Amino acid sequence: MLTGLLIILPLVASLLVFLTKGSAARTLALAASVAEFALSLFVYFQFKANPAAANLGLNCTWVESMGIKFSVGLDGIGLLMVLLTTFLVPLIILSSFQNNYEKPNSFYGLILLMQMALVGVFVANDGFLFYVFWELALIPIYFICLLWGGENRAAITFKFFVYTLFGSLFMLIGLIYLYNHTGLESGIKSWAINDLYTAGKNLTLDQQSAVFWMIFLAFAIKMPVFPLHTWQPDTYVTAPTQGTMLLSGIMLKMGTFGVIKWLLPVAPLALEKWGGTAILLSSIGIVYASCIAIVQKDYKRLIAYSSIAHVGLISAGILSANQQGVQGAVIQMLSHGVNVVGLFLIADILLRHTGNREIEKLGGIRNMNGQFAVLFLIVLLGSVALPLTNGFIGEFLLINGVYQYSAGMAAFAGLSVILGAVYMLRSYQKIMLGEKTTGGVEFGSLAMSDKVTLIIVCVVIIAFGVYPKPLNDLAEPAVKTLLSTLK
Amino acid sequence: MIKLIALVPLFPLIGFLINGFYGKKLSKGLSGGIASVSVLASFIVAVLAFLELHHSANKSHVVELFSWINADTLKIPFEFLYDPLSAWFLLIITGIGFLIHIYSTGYMHDDPGFSRFFTYLNLFVFFMLLLVMGNNYLIMFVGWEGVGLCSYLLIGFWFKNQSYNDAARKAFVMNRIGDLGFLLGIILIFVTYGSISYGDVFTKAGVSGNGVVTTIALLLFIGAMGKSAQIPLYTWLPDAMAGPTPVSALIHAATMVTAGIYMIVRSNVFYSISEVASETVAVIGVITALFAATIGLLQNDIKKILAYSTVSQLGLMFLGLGVGAYSSSVFHVTTHAFFKALLFLGAGSVIHAMGGEQDIRKMGGLKGKIKITYLTMLIGTIAISGIPPFSGFFSKDEILAHTYEHSKLLWVLGMMTSMLTAFYMFRMLFLTFFGKFRGTHEQEHHLHESPSSMTIPLMVLAALSVLGGALGLPEFWHMPNWMSEHLSPIILHKNPSTLDHTTEWTLMGLAVLSAGVVIYFAHAMFITNGVLPMESEEKMKPWQKLVYNKYYMDEMYDMVFRKPLDLISTAFYKFLDLQVIDGIVNGVGTAVKGTGNVVRLLQNGNIGFYIVSMVLGIILILLFTFII
Repeated sequence: MLTGLLIILPLVASLLVFLTKGSAARTLALAASVAEFALSLFVYFQFKANPAAANLGLNCTWVESMGIKFSVGLDGIGLLMVLLTTFLVPLIILSSFQNNYEKPNSFYGLILLMQMALVGVFVANDGFLFYVFWELALIPIYFICLLWGGENRAAITFKFFVYTLFGSLFMLIGLIYLYNHTGLESGIKSWAINDLYTAGKNLTLDQQSAVFWMIFLAFAIKMPVFPLHTWQPDTYVTAPTQGTMLLSGIMLKMGTFGVIKWLLPVAPLALEKWGGTAILLSSIGIVYASCIAIVQKDYKRLIAYSSIAHVGLISAGILSANQQGVQGAVIQMLSHGVNVVGLFLIADILLRHTGNREIEKLGGIRNMNGQFAVLFLIVLLGSVALPLTNGFIGEFLLINGVYQYSAGMAAFAGLSVILGAVYMLRSYQKIMLGEKTTGGVEFGSLAMSDKVTLIIVCVVIIAFGVYPKPLNDLAEPAVKTLLSTLK
Repeated sequence: MIKLIALVPLFPLIGFLINGFYGKKLSKGLSGGIASVSVLASFIVAVLAFLELHHSANKSHVVELFSWINADTLKIPFEFLYDPLSAWFLLIITGIGFLIHIYSTGYMHDDPGFSRFFTYLNLFVFFMLLLVMGNNYLIMFVGWEGVGLCSYLLIGFWFKNQSYNDAARKAFVMNRIGDLGFLLGIILIFVTYGSISYGDVFTKAGVSGNGVVTTIALLLFIGAMGKSAQIPLYTWLPDAMAGPTPVSALIHAATMVTAGIYMIVRSNVFYSISEVASETVAVIGVITALFAATIGLLQNDIKKILAYSTVSQLGLMFLGLGVGAYSSSVFHVTTHAFFKALLFLGAGSVIHAMGGEQDIRKMGGLKGKIKITYLTMLIGTIAISGIPPFSGFFSKDEILAHTYEHSKLLWVLGMMTSMLTAFYMFRMLFLTFFGKFRGTHEQEHHLHESPSSMTIPLMVLAALSVLGGALGLPEFWHMPNWMSEHLSPIILHKNPSTLDHTTEWTLMGLAVLSAGVVIYFAHAMFITNGVLPMESEEKMKPWQKLVYNKYYMDEMYDMVFRKPLDLISTAFYKFLDLQVIDGIVNGVGTAVKGTGNVVRLLQNGNIGFYIVSMVLGIILILLFTFII
């Protein structure tokens, strides 16, 4: 029941926000998202006390003739993703306080609608319901990018929309194929996740392979994995900052989460055969995108490419299908979500304060605002996975996981440790250090909402780097259970 | 006190937090005072714990703080190990660290970033302490990367200067190359032994295959090459002199760069098992030692000379590790910490007196003007040159004696390094303090001895540089070698000397004699004949040019790594990404659109066309079913 409430609350809030006028919309949206976060914390404590508690899930009939149920529930991984979503949405809303968007009621209403769909994706236990939420999440972000985006937004958003939709349709085919193979004994077909798992496992290797690639295509586009990534940099750059944050902070995790929950267990044989290929693609993406990040001129585009590199490692870790790899992926999904929101906010602050995001044209900001320099540095360190920041825990487990699959691949993927330092420090040096060169523009002090958002991000970066136990306590048993279904 | 050993890193952490959050609001005295006192408090705890360990029969204490990372079989607690090795390093770090803090309150007094400096300094000490206190490789790695971060912050302390920032970034990136090797080594340790805690790993190391041990040892050594500036990852260290001078003393002489030595001594089991790995360590060490020493011959920046001498001395320590003389290397770490901190701080005092000048060509005749600095630096120079009874003599001699036993060739190379060291160090001393003053009138007028906050640490370090040799007197003198006794619990395969006394005396005599000859030669050259370094490169002979320009290693790295990386990245971006991959994606889109445009024409509203198509379709279907 509580899980259902997590979906309904943002939906209702979204409708209310649509109806408000003027700046009340964002206040209401912020309040609603904070309430949602509080609710998710309550759920977390309930779950911690008793993971099997009946009041968490919801399971009612939806379309009986087709075996579709409105079935939602939580495991450790899903709960962590929900917490990430409910934690990030208020931050994303808060980060928008300095941008005065037109039609704020639609803007914030869409954000909350998006939150509803995202939570739905992370809690769905029914294949059809998962697909519905999956596609539902695309609609609000499409409009956010289309209506509030930057230059050339129509063409770029269209490409993003068609590209992801194209992938999703293959996933739908894959899911329907699985659905058709359910109920071999009982004769009753079902979309329930466990039935789909069983159906998948009973398939032959060739059948599994087809399902594997169809479903992986959708997830790989969403993340995105090399070479399916070319929609991403343009979209991230063109989208309004909050749209980019939603895309990179949360929506990207739909892809990685999907691989963990909806791909690994349905095609274990295919994973053994094709996992290596997918890991190779992911690893190529890590090094490839890191290299490209080095030569970016626009800081926002640099972060976009660095995100491809990070997600490549997450993907490789998941596909190595061992405890350290998958658990590392879950932890890194959280860290990446928080850190990338911090980085995109920094890019936004740079643009707002100097009218510019071009690395070469900035410089010496540290002379004008030391506090911003420190906060920026902490986010950067989290992003390059310095020990005692959140980024390190995930990265260490991920490289460990990939190593167990192939030592050579781990060394290759590990190059991101070096390349990440190269592009992050190089851009930081050019933007922040040296003499003042921002064309005489005084940088000024940070707005309260920006400062609060960045401080929260920094606190999380350090807190979970020093003490990741609460996260691992949720992830560890859930990943263990999941991996045991692969055998 | 051992139970409370966590206080040792805690005090500097508190100092860091106070200065980090409130430093700007504090007065300079308070800010520097808090930072210094926090390290002093750590030192006191370290001394008390050391005494307790000394009297205790149990030489290995584990203090668990909390469970850090759990992933099924991978369990990594956040816990400390207090044993003779970590105990000794704690004393060096907090002891020397405290002196450098005191010195900095004087040296940095007029800098606007005063409290920021102490914030970084405290953080640095904290991470260095974590590095040596961890009970598993990942905690070591935390400290390892942490000191890397602090060195980045401190080298680029004067962040308005972009060439300093370049040096800082270079240090971080080059360290990261090593760190990747270290990280992979840790993972291989976990995969092989199912744990990364020292105790578990070392007891199982003997039964694992030689191949895997070699791989682990070499991967760890890659990390050590980065942190301890060995070939090929050494070029960051000389550039790191961009930071304020006390930083050079703390990071690049007494503590951070010794992390690689610590790591290998800690992991001595691996290196005792794998001959390939230990030979590699010895060879890389001796090559680095010799190579860096030759560069030191022609440098004119007082800090750069000391920087190359650090690289060279570290090479000697690795030589010692490679030939299995672990306790000798720790001994040399210790004496080196004394005299190199002394030399750097002395150089800082000189620079202070000269109003920021670092070029020894513009110095000369300073000995009468800044007496304490001169005398203490003289002691440091004698100590590093290996003249008895100063400390450097004993530790270097121990390493060389072990090397002689192991390989005559390595010994010859080590001896050559020693001789070069004596030469360039006395060259520096003579050019700085003797002869006529070569600077400007203003500088001459400005010359003054540093305040006592700076000279007192110099005097303490000078005393240690003189007496430090007592920690490890030669066994063939029938004296107790305290250091090797102290470290014996943690060194699993001991390597006692089998040389007879005549050989040992001969080696020792040779070392002293050669150093004496070299110093005489340097004296003749720079004092009697008054030779001065050349002002411009043009007059140099080709070999001098080569050495003066550090064998063009930086330029070569630029050509081989940095430029190709930029080229490849640009090619990836401009060609592969934008043209090829995205081109295909857009091509598919265009193709779909194009097909749509063609197919659209079929729907033309002509009933006759539809009927003809329908009939053709039916015929095709019939034919199709008929064939099947």
